[in-house]
Amino acid sequence: MEMPKVDAAIVARKPAIVAALQGVLPHDAVIFDEAAVRVYECDALTAYRCPPLAAVLPRTTAEVAAVLRICSQMGVPVVPRGSGTSLAGGALPTADCVVLGVARLNDVLETDYDNRFIRVQSGRTNLSVTGAVESDGFFYAPDPSSQLACAIAGNIAMNSGGAHCLKYGVTTNNLLGVTLVLMDGTVLEIGGAHLDAPGLDLLGVICGSEGQLGVVTEATLRILPKPEGARPVLMGFDSNEVAGECVSDIIRAGILPVAIEFMDRPCIEATEAFAKAGYPMCEALLIVEVEGSAAEIDEQLALIMEIAQRHNPVELRQSQSDEESKKIWLGRKSAFGAMGQINDYMCLDGTIPVSSLPYVLRRIGEMSREYGLDVANVFHAGDGNMHPLILFDANKPGDLELCEAFGADILKLCVEVGGCLTGEHGVGIEKRDLMKVQFAPEDMEAQLWVKDVFDPKWLLNPAKVFPLDVTASRRAG
Amino acid sequence: MKPANEMELAEAIRAANGPLRIVGGGTRAIGRMPAGEVLETAGFSGISLYEPGALTIVAGAGTPLADIEAELAKGGQRLSFEVPDMRGLLGRSGASTIGGVVACNASGPRRIQAGACRDSLIGVRFVDGAGAVIKNGGRVMKNVTGYDLVKLMAGAQGTLGVLTEVSFKVLPRPEVEATLIRDGLDPAAAVVAMSKALGSPFEVTGAGYIGGQVRLRIEGMAGSVAYRQTALAKLLGPGWGLAEAGQSADLWAEIRDVAPFVGKPGAVWRISVKPSDMPGLLALLGDTQTFCDWGGGLIWALVPEEGDAMAGVLRAYLNALGGHATLVRASEAMLAEVPVFHPEPAAVAALTAGLRAKFDPRGVLNHGLME
Repeated sequence: MEMPKVDAAIVARKPAIVAALQGVLPHDAVIFDEAAVRVYECDALTAYRCPPLAAVLPRTTAEVAAVLRICSQMGVPVVPRGSGTSLAGGALPTADCVVLGVARLNDVLETDYDNRFIRVQSGRTNLSVTGAVESDGFFYAPDPSSQLACAIAGNIAMNSGGAHCLKYGVTTNNLLGVTLVLMDGTVLEIGGAHLDAPGLDLLGVICGSEGQLGVVTEATLRILPKPEGARPVLMGFDSNEVAGECVSDIIRAGILPVAIEFMDRPCIEATEAFAKAGYPMCEALLIVEVEGSAAEIDEQLALIMEIAQRHNPVELRQSQSDEESKKIWLGRKSAFGAMGQINDYMCLDGTIPVSSLPYVLRRIGEMSREYGLDVANVFHAGDGNMHPLILFDANKPGDLELCEAFGADILKLCVEVGGCLTGEHGVGIEKRDLMKVQFAPEDMEAQLWVKDVFDPKWLLNPAKVFPLDVTASRRAG
Repeated sequence: MKPANEMELAEAIRAANGPLRIVGGGTRAIGRMPAGEVLETAGFSGISLYEPGALTIVAGAGTPLADIEAELAKGGQRLSFEVPDMRGLLGRSGASTIGGVVACNASGPRRIQAGACRDSLIGVRFVDGAGAVIKNGGRVMKNVTGYDLVKLMAGAQGTLGVLTEVSFKVLPRPEVEATLIRDGLDPAAAVVAMSKALGSPFEVTGAGYIGGQVRLRIEGMAGSVAYRQTALAKLLGPGWGLAEAGQSADLWAEIRDVAPFVGKPGAVWRISVKPSDMPGLLALLGDTQTFCDWGGGLIWALVPEEGDAMAGVLRAYLNALGGHATLVRASEAMLAEVPVFHPEPAAVAALTAGLRAKFDPRGVLNHGLME
């Protein structure tokens, strides 16, 4: 992966930059020792690493503004970082940048059940937002699988999803307002506890802008009352096509399950060996979960079971207890861990129209044989968001490159059938060079205008999202 | 002008040497009428894709809303954000287009539960002010590839580009609906009741307050609705009545379409606050006729056409509180004096102006409409 040329002039000014940052932050909040900055050299896309010039850990919006003002004045690129769980390299530094970590901004500022929102500092982890309200019967809906560790700041940057977005939407549908600091240090309030801010929907474009428009320090999030209960049903089919048809029939019947998860045979086999969840050995497995009171769940599941029966399932198992529900979810939740036991893997994140599921899975199978790399598919089937896991050996020369080429071909296939490169992980550096597959030059140019307006000097996370040749004339240095 | 395809539209915009006024069905035009030659979107009509199993519909921006709703009804589905019909209020006739719905981010009572128009919108194609054809988003509901210009286009009133195609995530049409009703509540008691209902797990999809009456809607499968209406009534205590089926639907059409103000003289404000601020705001509005949607978070007010129609006092109050007020209907004279859209803080206004300058550098698209 190509990264921009390091600006030697910035590196040479490191002492002055560090001194300026120390002038506005407590000393323990400026990290510049060569060994210490290594902590920030990568995120969850660990194949790519580069220690930054320095890292800062501000505690307040005012400190964030002061840091950005200094970096803006000194022409230093800034890479914002939530918890560093990006699978796309969204928080990957360059050697001439300052990493701005929001980890110390982790307070709950306001909880308001009457108006159903919570205001938090952006470094707070996703799960701890729910943690702050669940004893009162509420939760924060977006639930990326990294939710124990990932920060709200990163969720907003990537517009994160999760397994339950078919019903509850993704981050952008649950975000009411932000405090945003622009690269020049300007602090803005956008949106708030009321709905639908007037004027252009700046909040909508900030969410998912991968830390390129500003640094979010506070967020107002919608919280929802917890459903009375939830129960999954497990179904196995002897072909991907039939599983796909079953998903479509459930949706057409007017039921909106809270989650529909799909696993293919390689994934079922690996997970079963690892987690022993008691999954049937078959071509395709679905976990369909519905919510409500016991009676409502029965009403929905009766209909779902009837639809599933029509497709001759090889297994159809409705959970009868919390214990069984846990077991049904156990395999799905340990799928990534199971694959990690077998080998190194790369996790993709394309989305496809649900109707092309059988075709796409067949093509992925063919490509897997051509590339000689195994692939397993986990899939949010209700919304078309695929997570193919390609297995490779990081110690084998050339295998990572082969895996990346295979991954790129799968993502091109997603675009070809009417889908997109990334459904919830973001572009980062990982999919940056594929953007031309999905977007014509005019489509990309219109996106660059937005960055031109928010960050005219192109100093915030500048080497991400867009191909380097497309942004070369705009980036500093 | 009525271009038949994107190439003709791009050509028309490039050739324009003055402002253009973009018109879909012309049924929800608010604010100062922009000057310029009329550019109609009627040429971009038709549903190009509808996949009920994927909850997705794609249509030309000029497609009549009624066509979309009819097609979705055949599949047992609907647009979830409950599009208001503003024709009565604004004294318009004609057929609303789906592009106009998007340009206004038109969202009704279900907005509190299912999101606004912008939340259902998953893809757009448009032509910008320089005549470039641009697409963003697509036909899949989970998509974080590049910046979300889809959201930016929703509610932009045609000032950033002329929409040619829009895609939506749609939802199942519920089997039944029912509304719990209670009369004689003052604003403070009303907001308490609505917040209690919206904070319950019973999935209330509408919460309104009109003429002292609180209305709470539940939708879904028959058994589920029966269960939830009982559970909710139990939670709220005695005194609640029930409206079902068509009777329930009529109660929500009244709120959605601002029916109480249709044909009545006066300036109409649409005010968004957090629900618990509603009683204070109603007190500020005094004798003004008002009613509320969104659990109290959306207040409609009919104000006499005098002075600035309370714009100054209202907006100062909202600026201190958090919230905004849009002057949805007023006389030409009033519109000349009072900004229709809530004025933005300087730093936000600078970003907005910057975006307009990029997407419409010559200021030809509905120029000045949102100022």
